[in-house]
Amino acid sequence: MSMNRRSVIKVIATGGALIGASVLMPRIAMAAWTTKAFEAEDQATAMNELLGSAVEESAEVTLKAPDIAENGAVVPVTIRSSMAGVEAISVFVEHNPTPLVAEFIIPEGTDADVSTRLRMGKTSKVTAVVKANGKFYSASKEVKVTIGGCGG
Amino acid sequence: MAKGIIKVKAKTSGEKTKVKLMAKHIMESGQRKDKKTGEMIPAMFLKELKVMHAGKDVFMANLGTAISKNPYFAFNFAGGTKGDELTMTWVESTGATGTEIAKIK
Repeated sequence: MSMNRRSVIKVIATGGALIGASVLMPRIAMAAWTTKAFEAEDQATAMNELLGSAVEESAEVTLKAPDIAENGAVVPVTIRSSMAGVEAISVFVEHNPTPLVAEFIIPEGTDADVSTRLRMGKTSKVTAVVKANGKFYSASKEVKVTIGGCGG
Repeated sequence: MAKGIIKVKAKTSGEKTKVKLMAKHIMESGQRKDKKTGEMIPAMFLKELKVMHAGKDVFMANLGTAISKNPYFAFNFAGGTKGDELTMTWVESTGATGTEIAKIK
């Protein structure tokens, strides 16, 4: 009888450990390359796959991008946020074949201030989404892409 | 993987370390055609990039094909002293990976 009881406890213990592991899983999955989000062909789907939550516009998110980009192959952008507890920053270009450009994970100690260069197929809205304290805040800007290359 | 692809400029001001890095990579989007054969050039791009300092992650990026050729990133993190090492790990869409080390100036 006592043996039986012990094994029951053991089962409960391992089950508990498994539950613990599955609770931790989403955090790990968040950091991984999300194929579905990166391959989504419209922004709504990409956002949904990556963030899975509503996005609210916020003045505390700053997206610095040129008004006119003469060369769509290299569009410099900077995303900043004055918010505390920023965990991640993602960038979307609405009219690109795959709108999700990149997702940056901001560990503690790193500033919510990231610069990079994007590719843009054509004139489009660029949206930066900042994840802070589990919520999502965004800022967008229309960037005009001139194809002529003579400065328009 | 003989030579590194990432160029790093990391400077510390005492409290913060400013990191600018550029990876030499074509970032082939998979949407261009080969002019000679008319066939699509398969995608080949950097998928993941991680920067570590003193055993701690300071920056991680999951990238798509809309990042420019020769990707550039700039960020700051708290801490870091002159001479410290930064470890960059990257993963390409082909599965190739690399680890490179740069020093903070």
